[in-house]
Amino acid sequence: MTDRTITDPKATEAKTADPTRFLSHLELDQPDKTFLDSNELVINMGPQHPATHGVLRVILKLDGEQVLGTECVIGYLHRGVEKIAENRTYTMFNPYVDRMDYVAAVSNGLGYCEAVEKLLNIEAPPRAKYIRVILTELNRLASHQLWLGTHALDIGAMTPLFYTFRDREEILKIFEKYCGARLTTHAFRIGGCQYETYEGFERDVIKFLDFVPPKIDEYEELLTTNRIWLERTKNVGVISKADAIALGVTGPVLRASGVKWDLRKAQPYAAYSDFDFEIPIGANGDTYDRYTVRMEEMRQSLRIIRQAVERIPEGPIMAKVPKVMKPPVGEVYHSIEAPKGELGYFIVSDGSTQPYRVRVRPPSFVNLQALDIMVRGALVADVIAVIGTLDIVLGEVDR
Amino acid sequence: MLNYITSYLSSNTTPGQAGNVFWALVYIMVVFGGISVAVMAMNWLERKALAHFQIRLGPMRVGPHGLLQPIADAIKLMTKEDIVPAEADKFVFWIAPLIILCASFAVYIVVPFGPTHAITDLNIGILFMLGVSSLSVLGVVMAGWASNSHYPLIGALRSSAQMVSYEVAMGMAVVSAVLMTSLHGLGPYGVGVGTSGTGTLSMIGIVQAQQEQHVWFLFKFFPLGFIAFGIFAIAMVAETNRAPFDLPEAESELTAGFHTEYSGLRWSLFMLGEYAAMIAVSSIAVTLWLGGWYRPFPNTLTGETWDLVFSLFPGLTFLALAFIAFVGVARMPKHPYFRVQTIGLAGFGAVLALIGLILFAPPVRDRIQDIFWFVAKVAGFMYLYIWYRATFPRYRFDQLMKVGWKVLLPIGIGVLILTAILGVLL
Amino acid sequence: MEPIVQPGMQPIATTFFFYLLSGLTLLSGVLVITRKNPVHSALALIFGLLAQAGLYLMLYAPFVAGVQIILYAGGIMVLFLFVIMLVNIERSQKEEQFNKQWLVGVLAAIALGGLFILVYVKGKSLFPYRIAQPIENSNTQQIGVMLYGQYMFAFEIASLLLLVAIIGAVVMAKKRI
Repeated sequence: MTDRTITDPKATEAKTADPTRFLSHLELDQPDKTFLDSNELVINMGPQHPATHGVLRVILKLDGEQVLGTECVIGYLHRGVEKIAENRTYTMFNPYVDRMDYVAAVSNGLGYCEAVEKLLNIEAPPRAKYIRVILTELNRLASHQLWLGTHALDIGAMTPLFYTFRDREEILKIFEKYCGARLTTHAFRIGGCQYETYEGFERDVIKFLDFVPPKIDEYEELLTTNRIWLERTKNVGVISKADAIALGVTGPVLRASGVKWDLRKAQPYAAYSDFDFEIPIGANGDTYDRYTVRMEEMRQSLRIIRQAVERIPEGPIMAKVPKVMKPPVGEVYHSIEAPKGELGYFIVSDGSTQPYRVRVRPPSFVNLQALDIMVRGALVADVIAVIGTLDIVLGEVDR
Repeated sequence: MLNYITSYLSSNTTPGQAGNVFWALVYIMVVFGGISVAVMAMNWLERKALAHFQIRLGPMRVGPHGLLQPIADAIKLMTKEDIVPAEADKFVFWIAPLIILCASFAVYIVVPFGPTHAITDLNIGILFMLGVSSLSVLGVVMAGWASNSHYPLIGALRSSAQMVSYEVAMGMAVVSAVLMTSLHGLGPYGVGVGTSGTGTLSMIGIVQAQQEQHVWFLFKFFPLGFIAFGIFAIAMVAETNRAPFDLPEAESELTAGFHTEYSGLRWSLFMLGEYAAMIAVSSIAVTLWLGGWYRPFPNTLTGETWDLVFSLFPGLTFLALAFIAFVGVARMPKHPYFRVQTIGLAGFGAVLALIGLILFAPPVRDRIQDIFWFVAKVAGFMYLYIWYRATFPRYRFDQLMKVGWKVLLPIGIGVLILTAILGVLL
Repeated sequence: MEPIVQPGMQPIATTFFFYLLSGLTLLSGVLVITRKNPVHSALALIFGLLAQAGLYLMLYAPFVAGVQIILYAGGIMVLFLFVIMLVNIERSQKEEQFNKQWLVGVLAAIALGGLFILVYVKGKSLFPYRIAQPIENSNTQQIGVMLYGQYMFAFEIASLLLLVAIIGAVVMAKKRI
């Protein structure tokens, strides 16, 4: 393994530099300004806040009630996952990946396993691909349900949270029966799946597919035509198509702004090309459109799962994978459509059992950049709504 | 002395009007105690009903089905450390919850539970109620200011701006109802000889006007009475800072509200004042539009038999509650851990059944009618409050103010003008 | 001479309440000028206004008392408190409570008080001690009939003036129209 001591002089200088240097545009060097002397006010939505979905610090510069600019301070949940990857073998790193986006752990696992399979030039057998699709789509549904519950709670509707969590329980039960864990599932292995589907898996999934659509209708009934919900979400946090593409946001945020881009259709992976489903697109790019896009995505996920469960082929679930994995020297970038956007893995291999570098492209990290654009000119209460609608998970933003 | 006490019993007025200090004090004690118990019951009901809306159970441990939870909460709040912020103005910090409490409770002087069951009947009853409940705005502003931290101050200013805005809309709706008291005609569109000029602001007078006109003001000049009631119903939710207008006290927003810095007993005084204010404005709504203490259909379903049927309702209600309690007893787990709770719930059910049976006795039956119907209607409003809180998201502050000034006020003025025109024409 | 008693309303302990309410009003007046903290002064003024509403009640003018509570204590004093709380008050608390001319002020107040007492003593017989009360109508109806009948024009002018004040305030406070 190469020695990687830091000899960059600028790096040491950074340790003694002023930590507020990135806040200079917020004029914090004028402490005598009381909040009524000028019109501008700098408020800190601190790392501990019920509505920032984790430890996110947002510094808002306000003019009265309107937001002039924001600054996100992240890193409170940084665990050095990418550095850890350099000291673990490829198989050993697999459980770490779930902990990044802990809400949709299965997708993280899928992305990583497929990236390493691409590096090793092996392909998972069809049955494994179908199992992967079923579990990933179930996880997409669970992630969107959690998003809906917390987003509604931030805007003030207390009840959808309990409804979505109740229904999410069924998905988590299936996960638990399959691989033993509810949240950080470690469901897949490099080359396929470790566990065969348990006795009654198809029956459980089909029962779930019949159970859920009326529940989604229930959530819609509470929110979609509710006048207060419409006033809180329409024309709030608008991001235009051009801005979305320029900032690199992906996922439902991009699709709500009118761009028809879904990696499941554009660069199909893991048997998605076998299935027939639609990509919901929004028109305005506001919070309401992101809401409708995600609701429709939930229904499309159900469609995919139904097709997958009906057509699941027999066969092995694990490809022929060497016991000691030493991928050839090279690099690979593989991205999948996680519930939050494009989740990408850039893995550089130097021929040894441990990767030289694993760089994760988390969707929430890139989407969070859009917060500033979306919130300029909006009111303080909208900041909360926009953070909710971006659907960020700090585990993935900070890694 | 004894004569003084018994002479009131044969009179036909409220103690205030009769000038009888002793009975006025008795009524005050009863109302004060009743409202305090009602606030505790409301606290329990809110937690249970909200939980059931959210597919949970709510408090189940403290007492059977959480019935003793309010008592536990009260004890907890009273024994909590009383934290006063360092630079806060001690006098104003102390007096702010008291002002809210006194303003909310002073309103009950004129609330009519029956034709003679009010502490007094001021002839400016409704004006007094609106005025005194507007004094709670002072308490809110002072609470926010005395906390010496600019988040509570912003929350308090917002909250008071909201309360003041919706008071205007409330006033418009109230004036529409008061206009209707001076009419002669019977029924919703009754044709009479115009106004009699004897419209009244007194609460008992308003209810009696509804009785004389044989219609609840809710249905008078339909849909005008209904719209006025709707405006008042929305404005009263905003006035008491409840969902969906509870942005100033929401936890997930930046400013955490005017009662952030209050802990323990002081905070419980705020909650007491808030629930008391909710019951007070609900009783205004019931008095003005829902016919006060009259039983449903007093003029269409008349006669001895209907009177008898409706007079059985109080007893039946308590018996139904006792039945529910006994069903709960039957469903309790048969584990020795739950024995005390089962016995407690069975005892509670027995007490309810006993009260129900007492309410069947004819002398009690005739007297309890008015109070029962009034309390039942107010209880319906309390349930509506909880239902709103469970269902609706919150309004943003500018949307809240927009609704108050740009929607409710013009509609209120329109209803007022139309009511006046119809009142003169018909 | 006894004041006429309105049928249905029986006054209780008139003297006691009169002294209590007027004592409260006087005390609140003193507190308004002697408190250093402006918020305390405003609170004292609120108590004084409420006591005054009670005095109106004793004069058989319930409508005026109700309107006093709504408008003065509930509206105007809230406005006072808003302004006081938004203005930097630390400076005012450090200033002197009374300036150097307080002696002249006291002398002027004594002179004014003496004038009032003189007027009362000399002109006692001119003040109507009995309050003329029509038996059927109440205070509210009387005011309503007067205001919308005889004094309609003045009422409309006053409301127009208030409207102009509201629009002026909104225009001055708004940054963009």
